[in-house]
Amino acid sequence: MRPADDGAGRGGLDWGESVAVRLEDVSLAFGVAAALRGVSLQVEPGELLALLGPSGSGKTTLLRVVAGLLTPDSGSVWFGDEDASQLSVQQRNVGMVFQHYALFRHMSVYDNIAFGLRVRRRRGGARLSREEVDARVRALIELVQLQGMERRYPAQLSGGQRQRVGLARALAIKPRVLLLDEPFGALDAKVRRDLRRGLRELHDRTGHTTLFVTHDQEEALELADRVAVMRDGRVEQVGTPAEVLDRPASRFVFEFVGESNLLPVAVRGGVVEWQGRALSLPRVDRPEGPAVLAFRPHDVEVVPAGDGAVEGTVVAARRAGAGQRLELAVPGGRLDVDVPAAAPTAGGLAVLPRVWHLYDP
Amino acid sequence: MADGGAPLAAAPRRTSQRRRVGPIAEPRALKWGLTAVAVLVLGVLLLLPLAVVFFEALRGGVGAYVASLLDPEARSAIRLTLLVAAIAVPLNAVFGVAAAWAVAKFEFRGKSVLVTLIDLPFSVSPVIAGLVYLLLFGAQGYLGPFLQARGLQVVFAVPGIVLATLFVTVPFVARELIPVMQELGNDDEEAALTLGASGWQVFSLVTLPNVRWGLLYGVLLCNARAMGEFGAASVVSGHIRGQTNTVPLQVEILYNEYNWVAAFALASLLALLSLVTLVIKAVLERRDALAKAGHAAG
Repeated sequence: MRPADDGAGRGGLDWGESVAVRLEDVSLAFGVAAALRGVSLQVEPGELLALLGPSGSGKTTLLRVVAGLLTPDSGSVWFGDEDASQLSVQQRNVGMVFQHYALFRHMSVYDNIAFGLRVRRRRGGARLSREEVDARVRALIELVQLQGMERRYPAQLSGGQRQRVGLARALAIKPRVLLLDEPFGALDAKVRRDLRRGLRELHDRTGHTTLFVTHDQEEALELADRVAVMRDGRVEQVGTPAEVLDRPASRFVFEFVGESNLLPVAVRGGVVEWQGRALSLPRVDRPEGPAVLAFRPHDVEVVPAGDGAVEGTVVAARRAGAGQRLELAVPGGRLDVDVPAAAPTAGGLAVLPRVWHLYDP
Repeated sequence: MADGGAPLAAAPRRTSQRRRVGPIAEPRALKWGLTAVAVLVLGVLLLLPLAVVFFEALRGGVGAYVASLLDPEARSAIRLTLLVAAIAVPLNAVFGVAAAWAVAKFEFRGKSVLVTLIDLPFSVSPVIAGLVYLLLFGAQGYLGPFLQARGLQVVFAVPGIVLATLFVTVPFVARELIPVMQELGNDDEEAALTLGASGWQVFSLVTLPNVRWGLLYGVLLCNARAMGEFGAASVVSGHIRGQTNTVPLQVEILYNEYNWVAAFALASLLALLSLVTLVIKAVLERRDALAKAGHAAG
C-alpha cells in the first residue's frame, strides 16, 4: 500500500485540515458496567496515537465516543477549539475504519469510496459535481493502489484489499480526524505487516490526526507517535513508544508492553531483599514493605554466584538469535532470561537485572 | 414394502463390490425405496390435486374456462383480492421492516414480548381472528354503534377483509427480516453515518439494499398468503356476491353450487399464483446462496 509517489506530498491532494483532539474527563457506563472512567487525553494535530489495551479496557468505546457513535455520560470531546460534544456524527467529519471493514457489499469499490462525497453536502448546500467526485475517487484509488479494481465488489476482494477500500472511503471526506478500530485485526500476519507499514507511510504523507485502536503491543509501538495504554476504562500511561517501554508507569503497563519477569521482594531500609537476602542493586527511595521486582528477559546479566544475586536452576534452554533464552527455576517461580550463547545451559545460574522497576505487589 | 426385505438383506454384499463407497453410503435398495416413498407422497398429496385443478378447470374447454373467469362475479372477486393484497402487502412490508429494525438494531424493554406478538397470528386460528374483528367492529360489537353513527361499515365490507388479512399476514415480512438484520449488525450503518449520510440516506442506501432479497422473499410469501386467505376473510366478509367475496370465498360458493368448471377455473388462478411464488422464491434463494458464497470466498 505504498502511496504512489507523485512528489507532491501533502499538496498532491487536499486532505482537509487536521485538528487536535482533546478528551476531558469522559465517563460512560453501559448499564452498571463502567466502560470509561474519567478519561482525559490530548492528541496533537497530525499525531498518530495508538490506544493500546486488552479487550474490555475501553479503547474501542473511547474511539466511538470521539466518532460521536456513543454519547458519554459526562465529560466533553474537543476538536481544536470546537466542542465536538455538540456535533452529530455526520457533522464531526471523522473518517472511520472498521475491523470488519463495513464496506457496502452491494456497491463497487468505486461507489464505496464515492459514498461519502455523494451523500455529503458542502457548506453551500450543494453536492460535489460528478467530475469533482470522479477526480477525487480516482486519486484515492491510486493512493491505496487499487487501480483496475474500481468495478469489483467487496466480496471479490481479499481482506487486505477490502481494508484499503475502507481506508480510501474514510479519507475521501477530508476527515478532520482519522479513527481506526483494530483495522488489521482480521488479517493474517504478512498482510498485516505490509498494511502497517503502508499506513505509517500514508500517515506521514497525509498528516491526519489519527487514533488507532489495537490490542497488539508490537503494532502500537512500531506504528504510533505516542501510545496510550488503557486498562479498565482508564488511561494508565501516555507516552512515546520508548517512554512506555523504558519507563512503564505501572506494573500493568510493564507487563502489557513486553515480556516480563516478576519477583516478589521486600524493601527494608532502601535495600531490595529477595528470599530474606539483600540483592546487589542500588538503594531505592521507597517505603518499607513487600514489592514486586520487574525486569525484562533481555535486561539481565549473568553474575558470579553469591549473596547479592538471584540464583536458580536452568530447566530449559533454546537458541534465540545470537544468544539463548533460558528458563530459570527460582524459589517461588520461574524467570525467562536472555544470556550469551556461551552461558551454561544446565545447572545453577546467578543473574541480576540491569534495568528493573519496583511496583506495588 | 413387504418384499423390500430381500434386497435390503442382500445389499451389504453388493455395496462392498461397488467402487467409491463412502461410510455414509446407503444400500441402493434403501435409497430407492425412500425416494419412491417421498415421490409417491408428494405426487398423491400435492401434484395430483394440482393437476386435477387445472384438468377440471379446462374440462369444459378453453372457452368455458375463459368465460368463467370473465363472469362479473368472478371479476369482482379477482378485483377485490388484488385490492386487499395491494393494501395489506405494502402495509405489512412497512411494518415488517420497522419491527425488524427495532428488534435487530436496538435493545429495549419488552423486546421479547414484541417478537412473541409478531408470531401470534401463526398460532391463532384465522377464524378466531375474524371473530374478534366481528366482535369489535360488528353491528353488535364494542365499536359498532360508534362506527355506525359515522356511517362507517367495517364488517361485511372491504375494510374488514383488509383488517383480517393484515392480521394473518403480519409475521411474514418481519420474520424474514429479523434474522437477516441481526446477522448484519450495525457496522455498515455506522460507517455510513460517519461518512455524513442522513438517517434516511442510511436506510435507503445501505440498510434496505442489504436486506433486499430477504424483504422480497417476505413480501412474496406475504402476498401469497394475503391472496389465499380464507378463514378470517370468510368470517368478516358476509359473502355478498359481487361485493365482498374474494377469490377463495368465490371458489367455495361456486363449488357449493356444483359449478365445477367455474370453481376450478378460479382455483386455478390461486394455484398458478402459488406456483409462480415458489419459482420466484427458489430463484431468490439461489441468488442469495450465490451471493453468500461469493462473500465467504472473498
